[in-house]
Order: sequence, then structure tokens, then C-alpha cells
Amino acid sequence: MVHLSWYLTVSAMLFCIGVFGFLTRRNIIMMLLSIELMLNSVNLNLAAMSHYMEDLRGQVMVFFIIAVAAAEAAIGLGIVVTLFRNYRSVHTEDITKLKG
Amino acid sequence: MVQLLFFYFALVVIGLGLRIVTCKNPVHSVLLMLVLFFHMAGFYLLLNAEFLAAVQVIVYAGAILVLYLFVLFLVNLREEVKMSPFIEKGKWLGIVGAVALFITFLRGVMNFTLGPHGKYTIEKVQQLTHTKAMGEAIYTTYILPFEIAGILLLVAVIGGLALARKENKGA
Repeated sequence: MVHLSWYLTVSAMLFCIGVFGFLTRRNIIMMLLSIELMLNSVNLNLAAMSHYMEDLRGQVMVFFIIAVAAAEAAIGLGIVVTLFRNYRSVHTEDITKLKG
Repeated sequence: MVQLLFFYFALVVIGLGLRIVTCKNPVHSVLLMLVLFFHMAGFYLLLNAEFLAAVQVIVYAGAILVLYLFVLFLVNLREEVKMSPFIEKGKWLGIVGAVALFITFLRGVMNFTLGPHGKYTIEKVQQLTHTKAMGEAIYTTYILPFEIAGILLLVAVIGGLALARKENKGA
């Protein structure tokens, strides 16, 4: 028998790895990939909850989150392509126009 | 057996996650992400969610990762592998922040109690088949969120086209 808290712990670990990647990577594409990691960990959390509560609400939510993740990847990568066209770089330290 | 599979998936997912965020070459990270998504699908299979496992493989591994790979090949990565993948002085701050967040989460997990059970027991879902049960839930109770998700995808398509279009100075 796999306990629910094991799933929650794995999901929390994966989420923290995603947070670490988002905060520290300099490449914007890698930051977006870290967001995907975090979304995946939330999905795992919802699916596990749904299974142990014997209800389908969580799994329906996972379905919608996957749709939102697809939209987010499309828009985010479109922004990255536009940034690269204007700055010739996808690194966070090169994009400082708002800083002056 | 189920426990063994769980530990295998958990080990691979955590290990690959760490490797992905510390890898110098983004192409390697994206390819490792592919393996991670397959193991997430394995988790869904352990949780009796076959439909979600299929969607995970088709949408994440099939569509989103291909998009990432295309954009990675569009941008210039020659000098990327030569320099540090992390921002200056950010690595240790990131580690401290992530570990603190994990401890906070762990406290929440320790004090967690499950709410009342719903009506979709495992036997009922297995009898209905998971896809049919999901379909019934999505197209009856959750029809409005479903429509909103459709509109969101339309917005994403139009937004992606508008962003990627080349700016014409004359027009």
C-alpha cells in the first residue's frame, strides 16, 4: 500500500526543484522548463488526491492544467523568440531595458 | 510490487529533475524532460488514471517538448555551454529558498487529513472505464470550465501567431 503522503512528498520535492531552477537559471527557456516541472508536480498532487478521495474532481483539474500548460508554453516560447530577435540573447542579465 | 514501482518512479523523477535544472546544455535538459514525462505517466498509471497517462504522453511529450526543441534550435546556443548555467551569486540563494519551501511543504503534508470520500470508487471507475468516467465528469459537471479552456487555447493560438509575426515597418 502506497500512502498518500508519499505522493505529496515526491510532488513537494519536484515543486521545490522547479522553484530552484526558475530562480537560478539564466536561460529563459530553462526557466520556462522549470515552470513545466512545477506544473507537473501539481498535477501529480491533484491526481493522487483524487485517487485517495475517490473523486474525479482532481483528475478533471489535471486535464485542464495540461491544456493551460500547452497554452503557456506556446505563448512563453513565442515571447522568447521575439526577445531573441530583438536582443540576440535569451539570458536574463542581457534584458535590462526597464532598469535603464 | 506497487511500492517497488512507486519508489522506482519517485527516484527517477527526483533524480532527473535535479539533473534537468543543473544541466549546462539546454538540449540535454529537454531530452531528459522527455524521460521524466514518461515516468510521470507511470505515476498516473499507478493511480488508476489511464486517460491522464495517455494525455500526458501525447500532449506533454508529443507537443510541448517538440515546441521547446524547435525554439532551442532557433536561438543561438554556441556560447551557452561555455558559461555557467546559473545567475551570479544566485545558486546558493536558490538552494536555501527551495529547501526552506520544502520544509514548509513537509509540515503541511505531516498535518494533512483527507476530506470525505466522493462517489467514484476505484471499482466503479474500473467498471465504467476511466476515459468514460472522465468524459462524463467533464461534459456534465465541468462543461463551463471545458468551454473556457477551449477559448484559452484559441487565445493562445492567436497570441502565438501575433508574437511570432515579423514586424513590417512600411505597413
